[in-house]
Amino acid sequence: MASASPSAERTAAVAARDGIGRGRRTLGVVVLLLLLAVAWEGAKWLAGDPWRIHAGLAGIAIDYEHVPPFQIRLASDLNLPHLWTIAAAFAEPAQRNGPPLLGVLVQAAGFTFLEAAVGFAIGAVLGLVLAIVFVHVRLLERSLVPYVVASQTVPIIAVAPVIVVGLKAGWFSVALIASYLTFFPVTMGALRGLRAADPRTIELMRSYAAGTRDVLLKLRLPAAAPYIFTALKVSATASVVGAIIGELPSSIRSGLGGAILNLNQYYATGPARLWAAILVAAALGILFFTIVWLVERWVLTGRYRPEVEPA
Amino acid sequence: MTATGPPPRPAADVVVQASGVDKEFPASGHGGRVVALQGIDLAIRRGEFVTLIGPSGCGKSTLLRLIGDLTGPTRGTVTVNGKPAHEARLGREYGMVFQAPVLFDWRTVERNVELPLEVMRRPRAERQARARELLALVELSEFGRHRPWQLSGGMQQRVAIARALALDPAILLMDEPFGALDEMTRERMNLELLRIWERTGTTVVFVTHSIPEAVFLSTRVVVMSARPGRITDVIEIDLPRGRSVETREVERYFELVTEVRESLRAEEREHAVGPAAGERARLEGLPA
Ligand SMILES: Nc1ncnc2c1ncn2[C@@H]1O[C@H](COP(=O)(O)OP(=O)(O)O)[C@@H](O)[C@H]1O
Ligand SMILES: [Mg+2]
Repeated sequence: MASASPSAERTAAVAARDGIGRGRRTLGVVVLLLLLAVAWEGAKWLAGDPWRIHAGLAGIAIDYEHVPPFQIRLASDLNLPHLWTIAAAFAEPAQRNGPPLLGVLVQAAGFTFLEAAVGFAIGAVLGLVLAIVFVHVRLLERSLVPYVVASQTVPIIAVAPVIVVGLKAGWFSVALIASYLTFFPVTMGALRGLRAADPRTIELMRSYAAGTRDVLLKLRLPAAAPYIFTALKVSATASVVGAIIGELPSSIRSGLGGAILNLNQYYATGPARLWAAILVAAALGILFFTIVWLVERWVLTGRYRPEVEPA
Repeated sequence: MTATGPPPRPAADVVVQASGVDKEFPASGHGGRVVALQGIDLAIRRGEFVTLIGPSGCGKSTLLRLIGDLTGPTRGTVTVNGKPAHEARLGREYGMVFQAPVLFDWRTVERNVELPLEVMRRPRAERQARARELLALVELSEFGRHRPWQLSGGMQQRVAIARALALDPAILLMDEPFGALDEMTRERMNLELLRIWERTGTTVVFVTHSIPEAVFLSTRVVVMSARPGRITDVIEIDLPRGRSVETREVERYFELVTEVRESLRAEEREHAVGPAAGERARLEGLPA
């Protein structure tokens, strides 16, 4: 009887489309990464440092020297190491006789992830509560939103030491700095979403003499969910940035911020290691974003009207 | 018959009573006012099916919203079951259906129908039983687990009607509920609505600008005119109950359609001549 039901057909169509979409998306990411790698190495080919291969392979002597036609400082090995140098740096020990850099960075990323996650949770709750308050109390919205906006114009670099040194709360101070970057997108996104409910649905609830709490829980929040998730995805990456920056003025050296600070000192001799840390930080941000995206899909899919695919 | 409604009946029988109601809206810009409704007197008896008909902008929706206490009158009073409309709303005596279904996407069809019962804190088992019953009434039993967007427009509107009936409302207020549907679906929905009305015995106030729809459904048609919005005529529809597709082919049906049409046209003419002169001419030309 599945074919008799219009929705069953539609669900199947959506599933098929999603399958194609996922394959295409993966392909797109791979192609994009390849293009980036080609651009990176292309820049080095054109304007990097000269290099030569001098080796013997199966009795044939290879002796090749490449001298790039241009010289740009930015593309030098010191600023833009070869991709394989970076790859090799992951495998080499970070310190003499220590574990390989990759292991060190992954462990540091785990620590930073926890800070970011706690900060994200605090920021998300704070952002949502602020938005709910603002929607219900116009006066507070008008008087407080300017300060909320102003809080984001203060450079986090300036705020971080105050919180870290002032609170002396270790990793929790770092989480608070992460939440400082997290709450703002959530406040703005949720505020927009809580107002997105169709005015007629509000009238419908009024005709049932529904109270503020029912209107919030049964209408405004569910209607805001797609907006809130969009904001949470922005916040997920922001909280990673906040956690890394928060670690810098602290004495915490267990996270990615500490690792970056540490590796910065060896920049002159081993820039590849700093690049490795940057790659791990980026991967952490993407991971966090992906987690929120998966939760979003799990929560929203099937419960909300599917988006219309662009023609 | 007067322009303001039928002669007074026993008060106990009256569900909706509007007396001397004016409604003005602030006009945008120069601080003026738009008179949406002027001097509305209307009594609706229990179990009636009253249709408001008139040109766009004549205040049909505004009158419906006044009855439902979604807005308040500038002057005059609206009582429902002898209480102010506000108390009736707090007493959950209304079921509302708008032109759009206004269903909640994040709820299944069933749970949409349960919504008013949830607001009233009815127990879950009762809610589910009632939703099943109502979905059967609107012939959507198999679609309880579907999402609103998976249904056609006509089906969605039937869900909205089931939801409006969930509280056993004393009055069903419907603002052009079938206006967005195609003619065929609309006629089917008309039959279905009549069946539901006869089975539940609720009082219905129905807004439309389709003359055949008004005549087919109603026990009374209230004709309105624009600028300012007034009730200009009330036409008793004396077609027998238990109406069906055949009703649309009965001689009396055509006579009533013509009567409503001419009543509406009289309004247009009046506007062409100018309200003051037209008013006099119309009142003189009408049978007492
Ligand atoms: N909320 C409002 N604010 C200002 N003017 C309104 C409002 N609602 C209705 N009006 C005006 O009142 C008049 C009657 O509107 P309405 O009741 O919607 O007419 P109808 O439903 O008969 O088409 C119109 O002139 C309209 O512009
Ligand atoms: Mg209207």
